[in-house]
Amino acid sequence: MEKTWNNKAWFFVLPVLLLVAFSAVIPLMTVVNYSVQDTFGNNQFFWAGTEWFTEILTSSRFHDALMRNLLFSAIILAIEVPLGILVALAMPKKGIWVSVCLVLMALPLLIPWNVVGTIWQVFARTDIGLLGYAVASMGINYNYGQNPLDAWVTVIVMDVWHWTSLVVLLCYAGLVSIPDAYYQAAKIDGASRWAVFRYIQLPKMGRVLLIAVLLRFMDSFMIYTEPFVVTGGGPGSSTTFLSIDLVKMAVGQFDLGPAAAMSLVYFLIILLLSWVFYTAMTNVGADKAPKRDQL
Amino acid sequence: MTATEPTRQNEPMPGPGHSEAALQSREEMKSGRFRLKALVPTIYIIFLLFPVYWLISLSFKTNQEILSGLTYWPRNFTLHNYSVIFNDPTWYETYINSMTYVVMNMVISVAVALPAAYAFSRYRFLGDKHLFFWLLTNRMAPPAVFALPFFQLYSAFGLIDTHIAVALAHCLFNVPLAVWILEGFMSGVPKEIDETAYIDGYSFPRFFFRIFMPLIASGIGVAAFFCFMFSWVELLIARTLTVTDAKPIAAAMTRTSSATGLDYGVLTAAGVLTIIPGAIVIWFVRNHIAKGFALGRV
Repeated sequence: MEKTWNNKAWFFVLPVLLLVAFSAVIPLMTVVNYSVQDTFGNNQFFWAGTEWFTEILTSSRFHDALMRNLLFSAIILAIEVPLGILVALAMPKKGIWVSVCLVLMALPLLIPWNVVGTIWQVFARTDIGLLGYAVASMGINYNYGQNPLDAWVTVIVMDVWHWTSLVVLLCYAGLVSIPDAYYQAAKIDGASRWAVFRYIQLPKMGRVLLIAVLLRFMDSFMIYTEPFVVTGGGPGSSTTFLSIDLVKMAVGQFDLGPAAAMSLVYFLIILLLSWVFYTAMTNVGADKAPKRDQL
Repeated sequence: MTATEPTRQNEPMPGPGHSEAALQSREEMKSGRFRLKALVPTIYIIFLLFPVYWLISLSFKTNQEILSGLTYWPRNFTLHNYSVIFNDPTWYETYINSMTYVVMNMVISVAVALPAAYAFSRYRFLGDKHLFFWLLTNRMAPPAVFALPFFQLYSAFGLIDTHIAVALAHCLFNVPLAVWILEGFMSGVPKEIDETAYIDGYSFPRFFFRIFMPLIASGIGVAAFFCFMFSWVELLIARTLTVTDAKPIAAAMTRTSSATGLDYGVLTAAGVLTIIPGAIVIWFVRNHIAKGFALGRV
């Protein structure tokens, strides 16, 4: 769409600007402030320079949490994206079952995150939980409170349960927006099911799939509540992801300086990823625009 | 094979609107994929519903039954756990608290996002792209980063433990989201509509409320739904900013652990209650929910 140049549009944006500035910029400045200062209580602060940043960037605790988080995000994406595409492809396209599927699939997305944690904490317990009991009765020594591997599996299955529907919904929306002419052409050419998927459905889903992948990456990168409720970051620190570590440091130990420095590093990583997301999305949008005109 | 799979020559030309169905039915005949195809969503939904079934089932059991062994269905069906919640003001008020700040947040977010989204979808102005990107970064900001500074900020204003504090704090990620979704929907409305309205002598506010808003009504609904959803499910910030008076129900669930152990019955009953509002609102936006997640860009 042709947009006209008009700087008065700023007045429309002003309320948003003020509101978000209040709830984003001021808190962020506090964080910046803490990250360069040290305190011994009594609200007395001393200039600490880049001390905390060096400490965080060289600490193995931060590296471990970062690695765990990256590994977690990678596993999540590797499971949820193919599964989401598969379910979306198999979903009915017309009729009452579409609504039923959509509503049931969206249900986990609407459950408060700590309730998600609670559900799985109970569900995976070997004494009172159905899943835990079933696994234990198969003779597997399963205990997510003791065994790091079990804790990881539990947290990953929980996340798959919680968020795969997002990928399904997005892919489904992409699929139903494909014009019928494409399928007709494929049919005339006698294309196989795989060819239809590879050369029609997958490219047409590209845009929503990109959004799905990036949203899932970001959200899994800042996951806090669900694993915290289920495992509390344990056993040991095997499921302590970046956010859990950060809150532990800031609220639990009240190490404001290192916590603030870590916040900023964490935020910069997110900022970089957001930039990649934004650029990718605007570029895909630019590619798509002329094609839409041709149709 | 030849009987079931028609050759291309004697196959009639597919009619518009049915070709994908035709493609599917051809496959069904070919390899019996029909069953597999219905099987995948069915298994997936069963997988989704199992933990929910377990939660509901536990919430109708007595604690004694929960702890004494595994029963698939409540043997001594009881509403005791729910009556505990509904008879104790410190319980059901948390439910009202959650609702209050969620609705407040929803109204604030959509109200401020509407004009901003209009500006982004219709005009180019100084720094518009940078501003848009900056808004996006707030959606991507980890709440853990903001928990502590938020506490200090709202303490300074004396707003700790009020509904408005949580509502404002949740604007951090909900306002950008609402702007993005609304901008996506608004960009789908041709600009000629604006111009025609002005030529017809409509003033801007009258045009905006009488003509434009009805056109993007579904977009407003979706944006409101997403604000509801993310405010409802968020807990880290909500819990940090509240003590008792504005405490959300999800945070009140920690009360169920006491000296005698965890009260699983009440815990699961509270969990079931937090699922209900979401389950109700999904029904209204079921056909638009994906468009909302795609920020209006499917």
